[in-house]
Amino acid sequence: MAAGSAYRQERRPRSFYALAVFFALFVVFLYGPVVTILTLSFQGPSGGLTFPMNGFSFYWFERLWGGGGTVDIGTAFRRSLALGSTVMVLTVVISVLAGLAFRRKFVGSTPLFYVAIASLIVPSIVVSLGIALEFRIVDDVFRPILSSIGLVSRRGNSLGLFTSGLGAHLSWTLPFGLLIMFAVFNRLDKSYEEAARDLGASNFQSFRYVILPMIAPFLIGIALFGFTLSWDEIARSSQTMGSTNTLPLELAALTTTVTTPEIYALGTSVTAVSFTVIFGTLAAFILLQRRRQRRALAD
Amino acid sequence: MDAPARAGASTAEKSISSGARKRRTSWTPMWVAYLQAAPLALVFLLFFILPLLATFVVSFWNYTEYSIEPAFVLSNYQDVFYGCFSGSSGLCTTFATYLSTLKFVAIVWATTLFIGFTVAYFLAFHIRTLPMQIALFMVCTIPFWTSNVIRMISWIPLLGRNGLVNETLQSIGIVDAPIEWLLYSDFAVALALVHLYTLFMVVPIFNSMMRIDRALIEAAYDAGASGWQTLTNVIIPLVKPGILIGSIFVVTIVTGDYLTIGIMGGQQIASVGKTIQTQINFLQFPIAAANAIVLLAVVLLTIWGMLRLVDIRKEL
Repeated sequence: MAAGSAYRQERRPRSFYALAVFFALFVVFLYGPVVTILTLSFQGPSGGLTFPMNGFSFYWFERLWGGGGTVDIGTAFRRSLALGSTVMVLTVVISVLAGLAFRRKFVGSTPLFYVAIASLIVPSIVVSLGIALEFRIVDDVFRPILSSIGLVSRRGNSLGLFTSGLGAHLSWTLPFGLLIMFAVFNRLDKSYEEAARDLGASNFQSFRYVILPMIAPFLIGIALFGFTLSWDEIARSSQTMGSTNTLPLELAALTTTVTTPEIYALGTSVTAVSFTVIFGTLAAFILLQRRRQRRALAD
Repeated sequence: MDAPARAGASTAEKSISSGARKRRTSWTPMWVAYLQAAPLALVFLLFFILPLLATFVVSFWNYTEYSIEPAFVLSNYQDVFYGCFSGSSGLCTTFATYLSTLKFVAIVWATTLFIGFTVAYFLAFHIRTLPMQIALFMVCTIPFWTSNVIRMISWIPLLGRNGLVNETLQSIGIVDAPIEWLLYSDFAVALALVHLYTLFMVVPIFNSMMRIDRALIEAAYDAGASGWQTLTNVIIPLVKPGILIGSIFVVTIVTGDYLTIGIMGGQQIASVGKTIQTQINFLQFPIAAANAIVLLAVVLLTIWGMLRLVDIRKEL
C-alpha cells in the first residue's frame, strides 16, 4: 500500500505471523465444513451421513437426478434457475436506471434510499408474511370483480413464482444492486461524459457509448448478486411461492426428512451451480478489465 | 442530511440549472430522473411498503379456525403479551423467546465483531499489494454467494454424534462417550450463525479501514505511539462507522432468524421468527402479523439505539 510503510516495515512484524495464522484458521473455518459435504456426497452406496467414506461413487447423484430417490429435484432446479435468471436481468436493469436517477437530487430521493436500506434490514420473515397477506387481500377484494367480467377464474390465488415470488426476491436483491451502483457512480469521472456532450452526443448516445462501457464490469457484479441471492434465497421465499417450491425450500424441507447422503449430493449440485456462476462472473470481469487496459495502452 | 439542508440544496441546484453558469452536472431533463427511479420505487411500494402496511392492518383482524375477518380488535396483541404484565413470577412466552434471542445476538455479535475486525485488520494493514488484498477478500466473500442451508447442514458430518469431532476426541481419549451438545444445541446455533454472518462484519470494517489515510498511522508511529496505542487511539475510532454498519446487519439478522435456529437447534429452540412461521402454518395470520409487528418494532428500536450510540452522519 503506502510506500512509506512498506519502506519502514522491511521485515514483517511478529504480529503479522499471528494474524496470518488467524486468517488461515478463519478460511479453514469458512470452507472446511463445505468441503466435508462435497466429499461425503461421493459416498459409496452403503455409506452414511458421516465419515468414514465407504468407497467412492456417483450413486447418490444418480439417485438424486434419476428420480428414483426421495424427491423430484429436476422441477425445482429448473424453477430456481428460471427465477434466478429473471431476477438477475431485472436487478441489473432496475439498479442501473435507479443509479442514473440518483446521480441528481429529486423529490423523494432520500426517502427512497432509506426504504431500500430498510428492505435490506427488516427481517425477511416479516416481509414474506406481508407479501403473502397483501396478495390474499388483493385476491379477496379484486378476484370477485375480475372474475365477474371473465378475466380470471373465481377460485385460486395470485401467489406464485413469477408474481409474489419474483417481487419478494427483487425486494432483497435491489438494495444490493443500488448500493453497488452508488459506489460505481461515486467513482465515475464526470469529465468523459462532459467531453461527450461537448462533442455533440445526445443523452442516449452519451449513456450508450460513454457511461455504459465504463460501468459494464460492475454490472457483471450486480448480475452476480442478483442471481446468487435469488438462487439461495429462502426466508423471503417461504411464504410467497404459493404452491410451488424453489430449490432452497426443497433443501430446507429435506434436512428434517432425508437421512442419506442424497442430501449432500443435492448440496453439491446446488453449490456447483453457485460456483460456476461466481467463477464465470469473476472471469468475465477480469477479461473485460484486461481488454479495456489493452485498448487504453493501444491508444 | 436534514430536510432544510436538502431543500436548500435543491433550490441551489435549480438556480444553477436555470442560470447554467456553473459547471453543469446533468443534461437530462428532470422528468427523466423520475422515470428512471420509477421501477425501483414501484418494486419497493408493491413488495415492501404495502406488505408491511398489510401486516399492520391484519394484526388487528379477527380469525377463526378456517378464515380471517376484517375487524379492529386488540386481542392479537393481548395474546402476544399474554401473562407478560400480570406480575406473576416467571417470564411470559414472548419475553422468554426474546430473551433467548438476545442471548444469541450478544454471543454472535461479540464473536463476529472480534473475528471480523481481526480479519479486516490483517487484510487492510498487513497485506501490502492491492491484487493480493482483493484476492484474499474474494476468498472471504465467495461463501456468501453460496447457499445458507448447505453451509448449515455441512456442520452435521462434523458435529454429529458419530461426527468427525467426536470420533477424533474419542480416539485421542479426551472423552469416553460422544459429546451430545455439539449438534442440535445452542452451541450449534451460535456456531452456524457466526459461520454464516461474519462476512457482514468483515466487509464494512475492511471498507472503513481502507479509507484511513496511511499518513495518520505514520504520524502516530512518528509521535511515538506503540502498535496497540495506534490501534485503540487511531484505527478503532476511525472504523467506528464500519463497525456500526456491520453490527446493524448482524444484530438484525440474528433477531429475525428462524432458519438457522430451526435447523441447527433441531427445531427445539424458540425464536420469534419460528413462532411467526408456526402461526402461519396454522393459518393464524392475524396473530402472526401481530408478532411480526412487534418484531419489526424491536428491530427498529435496536437500530435507533445503535445509531444513537454512534452518530453515523458525523462519522462518514
